[in-house]
Amino acid sequence: MDKWKKFKESYFLYSFLRDPVAIVSFIIFLFLVIVSFSAPLIAPHDPYDTSTISIMDSEIPPVWYGEGDDNFILGTDSQGRDMLSTMMYGMRVSIIIGIGAVALQAFLGVVIGLLSGYIGGRVDAFFMRLADIQLSFSTLMVAIFISAIFQTAFGVGKYSEYAVPILVLIIGIAEWPQYARTVRASVLGEKEKEYVEAAKVIGFGSRWIMFRHILPNTLSPVFVISTIQVANAVMSEAALSFLGLGMPVTKPSLGSLINLGFEYIFSGSWWITIFPGILLIILVLVVNLLGDWLRDVLNPKLYKG
Amino acid sequence: MMEHLLEVNNLEVKFKLRTGELTAIDNVGFTLDKGERLGIVGESGAGKSVTGFSIINLISKPGYISGGEIMFEGKDLTRVSEDVLRHIRGNRISMIFQDPMMTLNPVFTIGEQMAETILAHKNISRKDALEISVEKLRQVHIPSPETRLNQYPHEFSGGMRQRIVIAISLLLDPAIIIADEPTTALDVTIQAEIMELLLELCEKNDTGMILITHDLGVVSQVTEKIAVMYAGRIVEIGSTENIVANPLHPYTKGLIKALPGSRGTGEKLYQIPGSMPNLTEMPKGCAFHPRCELAEGECFSKVPELIQRGNFRRLAACHKF
Amino acid sequence: MHRENRLVTINKLVKKFDISGGFLDQLKIENKKIVRKKTFVHAVNDVSFTVNKGEILSVVGESGCGKSTLARVVVGLYSPWSGEIFYKDKRIDNLDGSQMLSYRKKMQMIFQDPYASLNPRMTVKKTLEEPLRFHEPSISNSEIEEKVLYVMEQVGVNPKWADRYPHEFSGGQRQRVSIARALMVDPEFIVADEPISALDVSIQAQILNLLMDARDNFGLTYMLITHDLSVVEHISTRVCVMYLGTVCEIAPVRNIFSNPLHPYTQALLSAIPKPGVKKKEHIKLKGEVPTPIVLPTGCVFHTRCLYADERCRREIPKPLSYDNGESFVACHGVEEKRI
Repeated sequence: MDKWKKFKESYFLYSFLRDPVAIVSFIIFLFLVIVSFSAPLIAPHDPYDTSTISIMDSEIPPVWYGEGDDNFILGTDSQGRDMLSTMMYGMRVSIIIGIGAVALQAFLGVVIGLLSGYIGGRVDAFFMRLADIQLSFSTLMVAIFISAIFQTAFGVGKYSEYAVPILVLIIGIAEWPQYARTVRASVLGEKEKEYVEAAKVIGFGSRWIMFRHILPNTLSPVFVISTIQVANAVMSEAALSFLGLGMPVTKPSLGSLINLGFEYIFSGSWWITIFPGILLIILVLVVNLLGDWLRDVLNPKLYKG
Repeated sequence: MMEHLLEVNNLEVKFKLRTGELTAIDNVGFTLDKGERLGIVGESGAGKSVTGFSIINLISKPGYISGGEIMFEGKDLTRVSEDVLRHIRGNRISMIFQDPMMTLNPVFTIGEQMAETILAHKNISRKDALEISVEKLRQVHIPSPETRLNQYPHEFSGGMRQRIVIAISLLLDPAIIIADEPTTALDVTIQAEIMELLLELCEKNDTGMILITHDLGVVSQVTEKIAVMYAGRIVEIGSTENIVANPLHPYTKGLIKALPGSRGTGEKLYQIPGSMPNLTEMPKGCAFHPRCELAEGECFSKVPELIQRGNFRRLAACHKF
Repeated sequence: MHRENRLVTINKLVKKFDISGGFLDQLKIENKKIVRKKTFVHAVNDVSFTVNKGEILSVVGESGCGKSTLARVVVGLYSPWSGEIFYKDKRIDNLDGSQMLSYRKKMQMIFQDPYASLNPRMTVKKTLEEPLRFHEPSISNSEIEEKVLYVMEQVGVNPKWADRYPHEFSGGQRQRVSIARALMVDPEFIVADEPISALDVSIQAQILNLLMDARDNFGLTYMLITHDLSVVEHISTRVCVMYLGTVCEIAPVRNIFSNPLHPYTQALLSAIPKPGVKKKEHIKLKGEVPTPIVLPTGCVFHTRCLYADERCRREIPKPLSYDNGESFVACHGVEEKRI
């Protein structure tokens, strides 16, 4: 109750309510998350259930066209799956991969950044050079490379079975340097502060000081980059899927749906590509806008206490 | 009666915040004559720097001057245009800050910055401007000013930089220098030199000075008059000697009694309980009453006026006098 | 002074910081040859003194004189380059982490900036509990609670505010919490690094009084690092004057203020502005403080000293002891009775 009251009076809520872009973005984001995660309950069809899919229904245009079918509001894809339902399921896959990958990035990055910043010296030099090397490749290149190795090593069948965790791993490993650098920079600032010296004088060990004292004070920038990284991870996943290295066609994400429809775009079935494309853009855009707002709020120069 | 060089009347500065408006400075008034030196003393948050800034209307948003007048050379500085103000700033009234790097631009040489300042206000040749600069640097006792002119700010020590800032503030022979904690960041031996220099230059050029500081010792050395500020108001104003020797307001009394050195070694110091109220939670009545031993009756309800007290030309704002 | 009265003794302490950077930065060309050369900041040079039980030893000097570094070496935040530190009779500068723990409890530190010295994400209660839980793992929750409340009361922080975060307090209150944290583990020796210089004038007296009270109530010994000489005069028993990492003079407070011997001490004292005193003559030093990277030869003060002669430029002065070994002065001029 007390916490709730504090929250209601906080600068956080205040600035949120003053920012219409943030409010609209948040509402859309919330809507998309709810729709995608309750897809099994509310989606009109189950695109994973092959028994309900009929190839006879393939490439039906959206309902407002003459040939449309009331059963498939946004039409169907080349395999006869309902576009609306497939997109809802696909968005769920995209969001899960996005958040999962960011959780992994954040974990790796925060731990490495903390160690680099606090211990310094050779540990720092090693990890930061590693980060430099990795950043000098593009994320996508690293991801393509790793996923290609996975596919050849396990075979395409096995790969599609474990596609979600593998994609989380690929995208997670590809982007940790972002976090590591941010955390390291703020650890370098925090470790000079007197409360850290006070903890040392008391006699606490390095691990305690790092995780109990320094880490909580470096989390604000982590939150900010996390939102932007979720958007990036969703995009990376879509890009990989578009290149055919991501989610299999049987369990499509937004990216693989776009890829799937791309073959048909010139034969007139534009909806298979365009609808997931628009959805992807909206999803990434609102996450980015929320991230921008969060950065403004958590900017320690503007916001104290 | 002779007209004052600077006359501030009922100055009020407010800050617009999301929770409403805050009064940072309320009913502040004082005068400064030609060549006179006034000290504004107070703790952080008392409004002393805001007062200094508001004289040349340099208050940054969300603050603004919401009332009162600042009369200088026949003009009310709260009403004049930005063009007129720009002409007055740095030219007729100059300012010295605590951090010299607030005035000095790290990417230009000292000479460029000094000449620039002169050329902005005077229509003379660059060569003449540099000559004036050398002369002013000599006045602030910077050795070999001709060569130093071509150096960058980072090539000087903290004390030297503050000297340069003083030289810059003197470039156009201003009528008033406002010095905001000019020596707080410096060591005592350098502080002594800088204060001595300021005093010497003000006396020589008959320049008025407003010295903003928290240090009663520094103020005693150079000023003739002190205004003590507390929570956005002047609580006491009078001659430096009188105030330090015989303070009237309980806050001033407390401040002076609380200084180490006012009692024998190792004895407990007098202490004013509590701390200065935040602008957001200003107490009713006299702002000092929660910390005042004498507070009673109308201290809790009515803000005391700053009125004449005692024999000397002293003003104090206290009900319990 | 009796041996058993000694609490902390430091002997020939030297602290240098290596600022030469990476391997490539260290390479320099000399005589057409590439040599590897390290650059050091000489923060503390050959400092020796004793802090006696129950006293307040003030270390004064201007910024960059190494007094804060000295404080941090003494409490073990930095390890010394060379020299020895004794606690009572036990040498502590070479102990490992676990051996050092019992001395950590005895020696605590109070910091300058009350806005940086408390962890902003921890409530006052957590801040105060933590040291005690760490050093006395067996202690019960109710005992901890009791102690927290007791110490909060002692330092003048309302125990009702235990669940607040540091940003909800004023600077003076934070400094009180910071002192409370140091007191939680029942220390004997406290190093206070500029404990009042970041505070407002009316708050400074409160904190000074608190420090004096705590000394009486908890039987503490202080090493006080400060640049404020009026505070020094008021609170300390002995004063150590430092210049450029070197001790110029150590003497009881009344001797320092009534009869300063070292030329630097004299200059420093003459520069203090006193309330109610119009401008007075102060001793003007020549030049500026040299960088601690390249120390002057001989006496480090000779470049600014009004009395320096050939010997001062050549030979490092030895501390001249007088007054039963309680006072020292390191100056050729004093030794030769020139000053």
